[in-house]
Amino acid sequence: MSKESATTTSSEDQPEAKPRPKKVRGRVTVIRERCKGCGYCVAFCPTGVLEMSREFNEKGYHFPQLVGGRDCTGCDLCGMYCPDFAISGARVPVEPTDEPDVEKQEQGVE
Amino acid sequence: MSGDNDRILTGAHFLDGDHACAEGAIAAGCNFVAGYPITPSTEVVERIAWRFPSIGGTFIQMEDEIASSIAIQGAVWAGAKAMTVSSGPGISLMLEHIGLAAMTEVPCVFVNVQRGGPSTGLPTLPAQADMMQARWGSHGDYEVIALAPNGPQECFDLMIHAFNLSEQYRVPVLFMMDEVIGHMTEKVVIPPRNEIKITPRRYTKLPPGEYEPYVPGDDLVPDFAKAGDGHRFHITGLTHNEKGYPVMNAECQEQLVCRLVDKIRTNVEQISFFHEDGLEDADVVVVTYGISSRVGMRAIREARKKGVKVGHLRLVVVWPFPEDYIRHLAERVGGLVVPEVNLGQVVLEVERCAAGKCDIISVQHAGGAVHKPQTIYDAIMEAVR
Amino acid sequence: MSTAPAVENPVEKLLRADRMPHIWCPGCGIGTTVNCFARAVKECVSDLDKLIIVSGIGCTGRVAGYLELDSFHTTHGRAIPFATGLKLANPELKVVVYSGDGDLIAIGGNHFIHAARRNADITVICVNNFNYAMTGGQVGPTTPLDAVGTTSPYGVCERPFNLPFLAESCGAVYVARWTAYHVRQITRSMTEAMNKRGFSFVEVITPCPTLYERRNRLGTGLDRMQWFKENSVIKNGVDTRECDIAFQQKIVCGKFVDADRPSLLEMVEAKMASVLHRQRWERMSREQQKPIAMRGMKV
Repeated sequence: MSKESATTTSSEDQPEAKPRPKKVRGRVTVIRERCKGCGYCVAFCPTGVLEMSREFNEKGYHFPQLVGGRDCTGCDLCGMYCPDFAISGARVPVEPTDEPDVEKQEQGVE
Repeated sequence: MSGDNDRILTGAHFLDGDHACAEGAIAAGCNFVAGYPITPSTEVVERIAWRFPSIGGTFIQMEDEIASSIAIQGAVWAGAKAMTVSSGPGISLMLEHIGLAAMTEVPCVFVNVQRGGPSTGLPTLPAQADMMQARWGSHGDYEVIALAPNGPQECFDLMIHAFNLSEQYRVPVLFMMDEVIGHMTEKVVIPPRNEIKITPRRYTKLPPGEYEPYVPGDDLVPDFAKAGDGHRFHITGLTHNEKGYPVMNAECQEQLVCRLVDKIRTNVEQISFFHEDGLEDADVVVVTYGISSRVGMRAIREARKKGVKVGHLRLVVVWPFPEDYIRHLAERVGGLVVPEVNLGQVVLEVERCAAGKCDIISVQHAGGAVHKPQTIYDAIMEAVR
Repeated sequence: MSTAPAVENPVEKLLRADRMPHIWCPGCGIGTTVNCFARAVKECVSDLDKLIIVSGIGCTGRVAGYLELDSFHTTHGRAIPFATGLKLANPELKVVVYSGDGDLIAIGGNHFIHAARRNADITVICVNNFNYAMTGGQVGPTTPLDAVGTTSPYGVCERPFNLPFLAESCGAVYVARWTAYHVRQITRSMTEAMNKRGFSFVEVITPCPTLYERRNRLGTGLDRMQWFKENSVIKNGVDTRECDIAFQQKIVCGKFVDADRPSLLEMVEAKMASVLHRQRWERMSREQQKPIAMRGMKV
């Protein structure tokens, strides 16, 4: 879930409005060729935003994909559980105008 | 004797072989010893334990020989100059790690003060029956260097040489003493510091990121790097490539293991070290090493008094064996007499290299004592007939 | 399209990416512990050049080969004495032994108890999957009673070791046990262990889906992790005697020991300082007693 930015309000007149704090959202990176399809990330994601893909990687394993992008908190539990160093999550700042979808990576993130 | 602050106790001393061995290691710059008590070698580490603290060395008595033989290798990777000390049964336990040192090319010295065997054998009595173990003890194909001193003075001098060889070739060196030499007390002259030649460890000059641990030099020996300097290298006892990464195939095996072996085999001439006496016109040559050389010299002296043209070849470096030298020697003498305090070990090499070109007489002894000069004298006489 | 920067997994800095993917099985818990280790290292190690990993033989033993640190893959059971030598020769190094239950406790058992006794300043991370996995699933000294393995196909007849109890009784100053499910606690314990002077021990119980779980019909790696979640009991500070593991019974986890005692090197240095000081004083006294003409001569 994106953190709701606190809007500054003041009862007094201010010469300038304070700048809005940056939004933070969770983002996940998957290195699909490392994945061995154990499913830990999917099972232990606290917000249930991961699902195993229908596709296979080169070794024949299904790898995880993000399905509920908005709900990713970037807690990195997936990264801590992954036995194959194939996934990790982080909180990244975003511009208020950014769409909450996941960036494609060279290695094949979905 | 007081525990001096001086590393090198220049001067004349009255020391037994074990003590001289310890002083030799100290003079060579050894600063880490891990050991375990075993007769007749214990005095070496006892002296080290007593001397090290005031000269900046670390000694630790480990829980067993297996731990000792690998603790020294950890220390070497951290930059220390290290040795361990044992006797037959302890060396048997250390064999796996002698192989590890050969495989990962760790410069270190293993001292074996040989005693009667096999098994528990005769802890307080001599033998020379670990010579083949020194060469072949661990599994797989590998080469080591083994030296055989013949008295306390050589226990001092040759320890320095042992460390130098281990640094030059990045190979474990076995120092083959025996109980008599270890417990024999003789004059030992320790030279001044500036007369002691130390071969420095060849550290890499490459910066982190470029160094790979097993890229051989022209002499087939790779440059060393120690842990903690930022090279982030990986070392494994598995068959490995130049990066140190395990590669499990026959090609890598051939590349690695042949180099480990050739490192020594192609340098036998440089590594070989023996003393010759009266070989030019000899009819018979007595080939000895270690304590047997002392008894042999007495027998040779007696035989020469009787007019026998007998020469003496005393091997100091026993492994790698001086094959070519023995081959040529066998062509020009009538017989080679090989006295050893064992039931025929180095004589097998002599026989192999002589290839039937002369008679070989193996003067054996099951151990527990050294030969009587008479026995060797009789063998010389038999060879002359 | 998002302009946010790429996410870097903390473990990537430590990994030899040219050796990925690794050889561990799907669902193997070793990789999970390495993730925790990487995050712990990020917390508490400022100079990665001085962090040295030593491992033995086995699946967990392969950890050394996958980490881009000065790393040593030594012989079976002997990582601990190697690490002891390394640390004694250069106390500036931070030495971590990362190995498995069979390697550390069976063949390495003697070295384990002595290093703990000496309070050697090393951190030992024991990945306990209850068997010898690399060689095909033989039983080991931590395999629970009645569990099966290839060398006990009818069930283990020996009591297993209780590792926290063993470590504590030998003198370890830091002892913790977690299962692979407890990733945050593992990370915290590894951080504390590495910051600790003396012999620190962290046991992590992990799935071995291909062998231990399969042979004992315990399901997949995920089933095992769910089982850890439901059957672990966290009891920080409890007496380690209560940490026995029975087959498919509750597993007691927690941080059990966090003591403070001088390390091996500190003991050695303190002793030498006191003894040598005395020796120097004695020598000076003897020297002063000599006639002036003979002072400085070795007689």
